[in-house]
Amino acid sequence: MDASTLITTSAADLAGAIATGEVSSVEVTRAHLDRIAAVDGAVHAFLSVDEEGALAQAAAVDARIAAGERPGPLAGVPLALKDVLAQKGVPTTAGSKILEGWRPPYNATVTQRLLDAGVVILGKTNMDEFAMGSSTENSAYGPTHNPWDFTRVPGGSGGGSAAALAAFEAPLAIGTDTGGSIRQPAAFTGTVGVKPTYGGISRFGQIALASSLDQPGPCGRTVLDTALLHEVIAGHDPKDQTSLDAPVPPVVAAARAGDVRGLRVGVVTELGGEGYAPEVEANFRATVDLLAELGAEVVEVSCPTFEYALAAYYLILPSEASSNLARFDAMRYGLRVGDDGTRSTEQVMALSREAGFGAEVKRRIIIGTYALSAGYRDAYYGSAQKVRTLVQQDFTAAFARADVLVSPTTPTAAFRLGERLDDPMAMYLNDLCTIPTNLAGNAAGSFPTGLTGDGLPIGFHVMAPHRADDRLYRVGAALERALTDRWGGPLLNRVPGPATTTEVTR
Amino acid sequence: MALSQDEVARLAQLARIDLSPAELAHLAPQLDVILEAVARVTDVATDDVAPTSHPVPMTNVFRADEVHDSLPVDEVLAMAPDREDDRFRVPRILGEEQ
Repeated sequence: MDASTLITTSAADLAGAIATGEVSSVEVTRAHLDRIAAVDGAVHAFLSVDEEGALAQAAAVDARIAAGERPGPLAGVPLALKDVLAQKGVPTTAGSKILEGWRPPYNATVTQRLLDAGVVILGKTNMDEFAMGSSTENSAYGPTHNPWDFTRVPGGSGGGSAAALAAFEAPLAIGTDTGGSIRQPAAFTGTVGVKPTYGGISRFGQIALASSLDQPGPCGRTVLDTALLHEVIAGHDPKDQTSLDAPVPPVVAAARAGDVRGLRVGVVTELGGEGYAPEVEANFRATVDLLAELGAEVVEVSCPTFEYALAAYYLILPSEASSNLARFDAMRYGLRVGDDGTRSTEQVMALSREAGFGAEVKRRIIIGTYALSAGYRDAYYGSAQKVRTLVQQDFTAAFARADVLVSPTTPTAAFRLGERLDDPMAMYLNDLCTIPTNLAGNAAGSFPTGLTGDGLPIGFHVMAPHRADDRLYRVGAALERALTDRWGGPLLNRVPGPATTTEVTR
Repeated sequence: MALSQDEVARLAQLARIDLSPAELAHLAPQLDVILEAVARVTDVATDDVAPTSHPVPMTNVFRADEVHDSLPVDEVLAMAPDREDDRFRVPRILGEEQ
């Protein structure tokens, strides 16, 4: 296989070729490192690339395979890891200046499971600072550019992971999703992203944003690759108190089957209409019709309290974040400013946090501090928790009538860099469709279903009940099969600056 | 509701962030817009609705009480802003005015 084939082949096929010795993991890893060197100056998907470590991991996998071992279905395949997950000895910043230079003394459970499975970690991907954002523009290290159009954002907070996939810098990536940070970037980049059921994947070693909403998950270019990755990282972890002690849903079998015959698909009335781009709505309707053609039964469901979900989310998230981010106190790790012998601990703390946090982080910490402060707690945080109950009740009622719920992933396709940076509410509206799932804790994913007239990807959002993550892959795989036939190949073949060239100019 | 710059300054102090006057002036109106938008949760949060703090109800999750190795002290302290012997060194904690 030549280098351009190696970077465009699916993870499943790469793993197969590595297992049979057709190609080595070192060759595959080298091809991706070369691709990163060629294009990442323009894309900026990575905050750090661990060339030496990746090649050593790849060589170790090759040795295990040569010794007759079969380390797993993704062994030897490279991956891009979101910089919010700890990797021992490797820079881990969460996109923040306050953690610049920090090298964790331990691995996140997700990281450890990847390494145990022989997955090769190429480097750490760019993100909005502490995962607060929907464009990756809040990264303290500069924005990531959307490979479909460098003047546009790749979404966020996991824009780096999604862009790495779309730019063929890695066939697999890990994201984390608190309000849409896996699914919205997937929609903006024409890739696949799944937020598993809350507790399905361990949060141990994930730098916490909002602990009751955060969930790591798999990102890929194909539905099967994403499912294979899901299976590698999922499962109970005693180190995470909220980890589900339950079997992993049969996601890989579902992705292979891709059968939606008889599946009841619920269209959520409230997730559409005003504020949604006509092209996005048209694509959504056409996709629902396609599911009906493939044998699904389409019903309309109403979730009236979803319209309050965004407001509840922007109270619960800042409240939990203001508490979680208190750990950045300049005492045990991270940036310390002003420790000149005259200042007190509290003064050093305040100076360090002022210097180390970006604007959006400060906004949210202060909102959270306000929402939790005496006299306002019941009205703000308390009311938001009640909305959370109502959203869960809406989901329960809707799932009584439908096996999965569907909506557009985002109201619009990717917007331009800078366009919404200083208008927090406009930025927050990105997550209108994805937030209800985080409040309720069920599973959801985004799958690419088309392009706008401007050539920008559009995502289709599928939501499933708790622990029924496999249904997402059934729907995603059915759509992928039908649409790839119609398109005459995967959507990502149409990324400008074809995948077969190694030079990209901006 | 209107959030004044003084109130934002007080919140920033509670959150241990030493905001500059320019940041206060920029943030206060933005926070106001956000708070106004999120206040609509009170429209539906009536007394008869129970609050939810966690998406999957769980109580008393314990792991087995087993001894495991701790992280090596030197590896942990290598990432500290400052150390003294086997401990984190921090600025003075006494003599606070507040």
